[in-house]
Amino acid sequence: MSDIRLEGVTKRYGTFAAADQVDLSVTQGEFVTILGPSGSGKTTLLSLIAGLNRPTSGRIFIGGRDVTNATAQERNIGLVFQSYALFPHMTVLENVLFPLGVRKIGGAEADRLARDALKLVRLDGLEARRPSQLSGGQQQRVALARAVVFKPDILLLDEPLGALDRKLREELQVELKQLQRTLGVTTLLVTHDQEEALSLSDRIMVLDKGRTQQVAAPAEAYLKPANRFVAEFLGIANFVDLPDGRNGVVRPERVRFTAEGQGRPARVVEAIYLGQMVRYHLALDGNQSVVAAVPFLGTAHAPGERVSVSWESADVWPVT
Amino acid sequence: MTRTTRLDGFGFIAPLLVLMVVAFNAPIVYMLGLAFWEKGRGFTLEHYEGLAEAPVYLRVLGNTMRIALIATIANVVIGYPLAHWMRGLGRRGRMIAVALVVLPFWVSILVRTYAWIVVLGNGGLVNRALQWSGLTDAPVSFLYNELGVTIGMANVLLPFLVLPLFAAMIRIDDRLLQAAASLGAPPRTIFWKVYFPLTLPALAAGALLVFILCLGFYVTPAILGGGRVPMISNLLDTLINQIPRWEQASAISTLLLIVTLAIFAAYRRIDRKASA
Ligand SMILES: Nc1ncnc2c1ncn2[C@@H]1O[C@H](COP(=O)(O)OP(=O)(O)OP(=O)(O)O)[C@@H](O)[C@H]1O
Ligand SMILES: [Mg+2]
Repeated sequence: MSDIRLEGVTKRYGTFAAADQVDLSVTQGEFVTILGPSGSGKTTLLSLIAGLNRPTSGRIFIGGRDVTNATAQERNIGLVFQSYALFPHMTVLENVLFPLGVRKIGGAEADRLARDALKLVRLDGLEARRPSQLSGGQQQRVALARAVVFKPDILLLDEPLGALDRKLREELQVELKQLQRTLGVTTLLVTHDQEEALSLSDRIMVLDKGRTQQVAAPAEAYLKPANRFVAEFLGIANFVDLPDGRNGVVRPERVRFTAEGQGRPARVVEAIYLGQMVRYHLALDGNQSVVAAVPFLGTAHAPGERVSVSWESADVWPVT
Repeated sequence: MTRTTRLDGFGFIAPLLVLMVVAFNAPIVYMLGLAFWEKGRGFTLEHYEGLAEAPVYLRVLGNTMRIALIATIANVVIGYPLAHWMRGLGRRGRMIAVALVVLPFWVSILVRTYAWIVVLGNGGLVNRALQWSGLTDAPVSFLYNELGVTIGMANVLLPFLVLPLFAAMIRIDDRLLQAAASLGAPPRTIFWKVYFPLTLPALAAGALLVFILCLGFYVTPAILGGGRVPMISNLLDTLINQIPRWEQASAISTLLLIVTLAIFAAYRRIDRKASA
């Protein structure tokens, strides 16, 4: 178990910077999510931390030790790849035994550790299968068991749930969170699913074009985005004009319907039913549009209907 | 609805099938059957007994297997690192390398084999280089002995090993190797525990192909062996074209076929066990 510190980490491919002056500090046992669009450098960053790649400049510390030039096998990091990368010629059990064998742990001891890890991810009974005989979710859990069985100092997860359907993904998110808490291992998760980032992590780091946009707790990043990119990337953002001429962002949940005459008049363009919530796309007078999300209480406004909406000025967060 | 059975469409392939059987399979069966017939007397095992009694035949068979094995091992020793090296090249480099490996296919095997005479002969490139460098005083004889035959066969058959091996190697996902590294494995372990096992089926298939092709090779042993390295195919040539003793040739062919099938069966067993 260790903390991670990145100082000005940069990775260039030619003149293109896949990671550009990234600073990050993850404390012992913390769960941090790296969030960003495709190609923003998330995998690059993980591979630098894992030691599969060397930064062009900057330093990487793990547990206070400078590992910038250490090889992958010197770092004791558990890594789950975007593609799982299970060894196809080995059984589930052999896959999980692999990192133990490398560490010269064998016999009954290794067997016990491997079976414990498989039990942890609820895969006991499938030890003798090959990866090709498993479902996507099961493969993902084998990869997870293989990455934690040797008690790594750090767990790096690269979109581990990306290939799964929504329901399975939600189930595994809960499992992942529990597992991380049980093991107390410092964890960095990469995803481009903002819901996943918000629900799982202690803090999130938003990345764009290799640059850090914001590092903050989920609620803070959501309600107080550092800039326009973060505001738009995390959920739906309504941009409104502030009296001082700046722009501000209001989240849809903060937009309320009011009695006629009290708020700003608007016309319902679209009403989307989302189960517990209804999302309204509204056209304000003056060619501005706003999205409101309100609890569904039996009746809803129909498209074309005239309504009034308002929001507290405290709920507007200024962005540049 | 029409009832479809496996026999539907048989009419379409029947002419081709007849052609295959008549032009290809029947002669083989006839050829193999020849060994069991004696003119005027009918069925006999005499020719097989003849095989067992004349040790020269079995010696040639053993000799052939040994040369084939050495040529196959040489192929593996050269071909595996070559294919591995090709995998590490960029797109362009790979294309050029594959072209260079395949190129000899376009040159007649006869031409290639004669080229070895130029290279390996007493006044050839290799010997001149050896003498010039002072490693030897007198020319080393590479030709008209087993060494020359083995070198020639290994060269001619190399693409049969390298191409399937290379295809299997480029199919190995780099991320598997990275995963092994991230799990703490040093390069040696990554190679032996992950990379090599994943190339093993292709290596086995390629080596088997080379070995079986070696068993029946004619041109190269005939030219580079100069008649002094007896291999099965040359023996058959003598028995059919010069003596001629077709029945004996047929018996030897049958034996060769059985040996080949046995090796193939052994390979299938191992392969099935490995992928089970
Ligand atoms: N070996 C490489 N050579 C050149 N460019 C590369 C290399 N690896 C990555 N890149 C580039 O670096 C950028 C970041 O890639 P990276 O794989 O880190 O993105 P990502 O955030 O993980 O994206 P995704 O969500 O699609 O997985 C991309 O523009 C990619 O094209
Ligand atoms: Mg990625």
